Amino acid sequence: MRQGPAVSLTGISKRFGPVVAIQDVDLELGAGRVHALLGENGAGKSTLMGVLFGLVRPDRGTIRLDGAEIAIRSPRDAVRLGVGMVQQHFANVGAFTVAENVALGGQGRYRPRVATEQVRITAQSAGLAVDPNARVADLPVEAQQRVEIVRALARGARLLILDEPTAVLAPAEAAALLAWLRQFAREGGTVVLVTHKVAEALAVADDVTVLRGGRRIASGPATGFTLSTLAAAMFPKSDGTDDATRATPPAPATGEPVLRAHGLAVRGDRGERRIVDATFSVRAGEIVGIAGVEGSGHHELLQALAGVRQPTEGILEIPGRVSFVPGDRHRDALILDAPLYENFALHGAGARTGLIGWPAMRGRTQAVMAAFDVKARSPRDTAGSLSGGNQQRFVLGRELDARPDVLVVENPTRGLDLQATASIHRRLREAAAEGAAVLVHSADLDEILALAQRIFVVHAGIVREVPPDRDGVGRAMVGAG
Amino acid sequence: MATTARRADRWAGVVSFLDSPWAAPAVVLVVLATGAALLAAWYGVSAVSAFWFGSIGSWYGFTSGTLVRAVPLILTGLGVAIAFRAGVFNIGADGQLLAGATAAAYVGLEWSAALGHASLPAALILGTAAGALWAGVAALLRARFGVLEVISTLMLNFVATDLVAFLVRGPLQEPLHIYPQSATLPSVARLPTFGPTTQLHWGLALALVLAGAVWWFLARTAAGFRLRIVGANPFAAAVTGRVRVTRVAAWAFLASGALAGLAGAIEITAVTYALYDNLSPGYGFTAIAVAVLAGLNPVGVVFAGVLFAALETGATAMQRDAGVPSVWASVVEAALILILVAGASIRARAGNRHLRDAAS
Amino acid sequence: MAVDPLVAASVRTTVPLLLAAGGELLSERAGILNIGLEGAVIAGALAATLGVGPWGLAGGYAAALCAGAAVGLLMALFVVVVRADQILTGTAATLLAFGVTGAVYRGVYGATGVALTLPTSAPFRIPVLAAIPGVGSALFDQPAVFYLAYLLIPILWWFLYRTQVGLALRAVGESPAAAGAAGIAAGPLRAAAVTVGSALGGLAGGVLVLAQAGTFAEGMSAGRGFIAIAIVVLGRWTPLGIMIGALVFGVATAMQYVVQAMGWPIRYELVLMLPYLLTLLALMFSPRGVAPAMLARSDV
Repeated sequence: MRQGPAVSLTGISKRFGPVVAIQDVDLELGAGRVHALLGENGAGKSTLMGVLFGLVRPDRGTIRLDGAEIAIRSPRDAVRLGVGMVQQHFANVGAFTVAENVALGGQGRYRPRVATEQVRITAQSAGLAVDPNARVADLPVEAQQRVEIVRALARGARLLILDEPTAVLAPAEAAALLAWLRQFAREGGTVVLVTHKVAEALAVADDVTVLRGGRRIASGPATGFTLSTLAAAMFPKSDGTDDATRATPPAPATGEPVLRAHGLAVRGDRGERRIVDATFSVRAGEIVGIAGVEGSGHHELLQALAGVRQPTEGILEIPGRVSFVPGDRHRDALILDAPLYENFALHGAGARTGLIGWPAMRGRTQAVMAAFDVKARSPRDTAGSLSGGNQQRFVLGRELDARPDVLVVENPTRGLDLQATASIHRRLREAAAEGAAVLVHSADLDEILALAQRIFVVHAGIVREVPPDRDGVGRAMVGAG
Repeated sequence: MATTARRADRWAGVVSFLDSPWAAPAVVLVVLATGAALLAAWYGVSAVSAFWFGSIGSWYGFTSGTLVRAVPLILTGLGVAIAFRAGVFNIGADGQLLAGATAAAYVGLEWSAALGHASLPAALILGTAAGALWAGVAALLRARFGVLEVISTLMLNFVATDLVAFLVRGPLQEPLHIYPQSATLPSVARLPTFGPTTQLHWGLALALVLAGAVWWFLARTAAGFRLRIVGANPFAAAVTGRVRVTRVAAWAFLASGALAGLAGAIEITAVTYALYDNLSPGYGFTAIAVAVLAGLNPVGVVFAGVLFAALETGATAMQRDAGVPSVWASVVEAALILILVAGASIRARAGNRHLRDAAS
Repeated sequence: MAVDPLVAASVRTTVPLLLAAGGELLSERAGILNIGLEGAVIAGALAATLGVGPWGLAGGYAAALCAGAAVGLLMALFVVVVRADQILTGTAATLLAFGVTGAVYRGVYGATGVALTLPTSAPFRIPVLAAIPGVGSALFDQPAVFYLAYLLIPILWWFLYRTQVGLALRAVGESPAAAGAAGIAAGPLRAAAVTVGSALGGLAGGVLVLAQAGTFAEGMSAGRGFIAIAIVVLGRWTPLGIMIGALVFGVATAMQYVVQAMGWPIRYELVLMLPYLLTLLALMFSPRGVAPAMLARSDV
């Protein structure tokens, strides 16, 4: 089998507007080696891989392939150079057969028999079980992923980039995929494994690189790292720069338990298991942080606790009033074209009867705007005309105005500046102080640590409480300790 | 960079115009003025004058022509507006109107002896119910099987047309069995006109009251608000509002059909007094134009309905008196829809761009 | 004994439907529900009427194709470029075509509706095949354009399932994101699909005039563009399926002539209704994933 390329990226930098995505990053990929690229959300992993696959044009930096400097301007260039990418959200046409998906993007005639044969041969020589004539939408997730890999290989890829490939897989399937990646490397292929999961990286990779805040924090042979050193690199001790959001967590709450889960199981949109056998309770007046890397099941857990996703098993006792601040506020929390007072009325719209007194509603909206420092000319402004921070304060204000017993919050400060973040944090603490049970998830572990008195870590569908200590939580999030 | 910024500025101007309440009236004025100018240039001033006196330039033309024609357009337009507001693409107002007309004709012909003066309300109520039922088929298919309502309502239009064609040649045919139409309704089942010298009937009052009622429902009631948010953002309605989105959309669909059914019942009881083929000269499709021009606002529907009615009656008069093809009216309608739809799309896209800017 | 006239009438009613449905299939496979197809049919009919005089029969058919394509380009401009709503644009395109054709027809031939007699395509008898007893002459003693319609189904099938462009077209109708990831530009493909599809609708109008009626009448498209949408649903978005679907509608339409001619005691309106009810049933029992996923959506 043909050797994979040895690729070196040197001094790669990219900014999107004012935001620096990656800064002066080096990456050495060797033929016959699996390279794990680790980092939290926003660390710059996707941007770096986008550069390698021709999706992102770097501002600075060079790429060398087997020693020769090259330019990768489009995915087409990347494919020509033998680079293939398996996206996290598969780029398959569900209604097509495997063979049709693999052939898509070619020229001239489409010969099903030739395409089928090509898929069969590629899959066979790679040791991947794929039925060329199966309809992709009918295949389970792990088989769809194999289709993506076969497609990349059929186009001549000898360097495979896999973006969070195990996020959608059950443990046994993940193990099989990782074993296959080892095999592919053993036969001379080059692999980049983009992941949050430190244990996985250590188990399979020859080399490891950790990105944080767009910079390379650590890099070297995997044997030189341990779970603890990698977790420490990914989730560093606070360096004191984000004092605005920091406060000493208040003493543990002693309120009555208001939310109880017993043996709770939740499934995802495709019917896959997301949360299994979760048992916990949350007291009035406490802030519970829910930590977990992307795809661990925390998203579905939050939805279930907020009452917008039905649990499939177990008992979930939720008190009367639950408020929810969803992660995607544009899609799930606001009607952007509608005025603020109508957005205010959105909460509880399903249960309301009779007439709506709009003048009173505008008054309440105005009061919430004042109390939560929402900067807009009037309640008649559309939600879409507000900045992100004002939108988020408005949503939080609306949900707290309902005096909830339980408040579920997902990524409350994503995309907000420091000042806006601090104000949202203050509101959440006040809500707890006034007796609400607050459950908050954030992709930013520091945010959870700053807010929460207790922390639940979700890893591979298992929910367990972990002491609120940065190292411990970081390790639990990646499945160590 | 500078060019992009300038382009963005120009878009901003377009968008702020499209956002203003003057956009639709301005577009209408420009299109109508252009149409009148072309008309005068091609066919002479006599065509314009025929149009004018046939539509709104004479009391008789306005009341007995335009306003009579406006009644079904307002009612079906309201139906379409309600459906579109809820995110339901009901393009089957024609079929629902025929269902309502058929039910009203049946009640008026077969039950009037027994019902006496209750015939008229019975005909109107059952016509309304029949329209809702006809829409209900598509509503059920949408809610239960996820069938695209655009296709199902289109199919149901054809079924309704064929059903009427069958009935007026079969069970409901007039007693002499010569003409493909039903017998004429007895006077107890007729909706009275405003007076002996006019054809304008009480259906107009009903349409105006209903336009007000729909406006009030959408603007003031909790159920109307649910309907609006389901159409505006079904995700937010479900997640934040805890609204049962599918159910609300289905109710809106039924209400939409009911209004079209009532339009059919009024046509039978107030204008034609009999059921026959081609009862609807495409009211269902004009209704879409009416609703779009009105910006899906129930009060706007009244004005848009009268406007399109004037356009169509004026064009008919123009054909009769000046030999100008009346079908030019459809061209004007089409031009209005295209301009407004393109405007809405540009506005939505610019809106998205604005949001992206805000997010980054 | 009634078979022969029924077959002959069925072939005549099916062919325009088949052409229009083939056009609708193309654009729906690219994700565009073309309600403007009805407008393309009537525009094609008038263009054929106007074109046959100066340019002869072939010119008449060519004019019909072009008129249909013009309606398609209007659809493409608004739906693909401006990204306006497909349903509203299609409704407007059909209204526009009806208005313009009506006005032009009256402008050219007068408002009184003089009985217009146009040359029509002579039957072209295919030896041997036409001699097949029962169906031979009905199928194979027909104007040449009919044979083109017969070929449309295999051509469409070959194009959609055996060429890379066809594969790309179907991918665009299913998942523009996946198509984009494979390096396919969705916009030009969608525009081409709706334009070519509407051109076929125009040709269907040309057939109505030049191979059948020999004259033009306002509204003579008689909903065939909409029926084509039903046929595509009934045929489950496949070429072979739309052939069967077109036959179902064609035979049902032909039945009315036979029913009337033979004086059978059934109301033909009820027969006419059946295919639509069948289409509704087909919609009910279409499993998810049969219709192109992007159909009628403007968020491409």
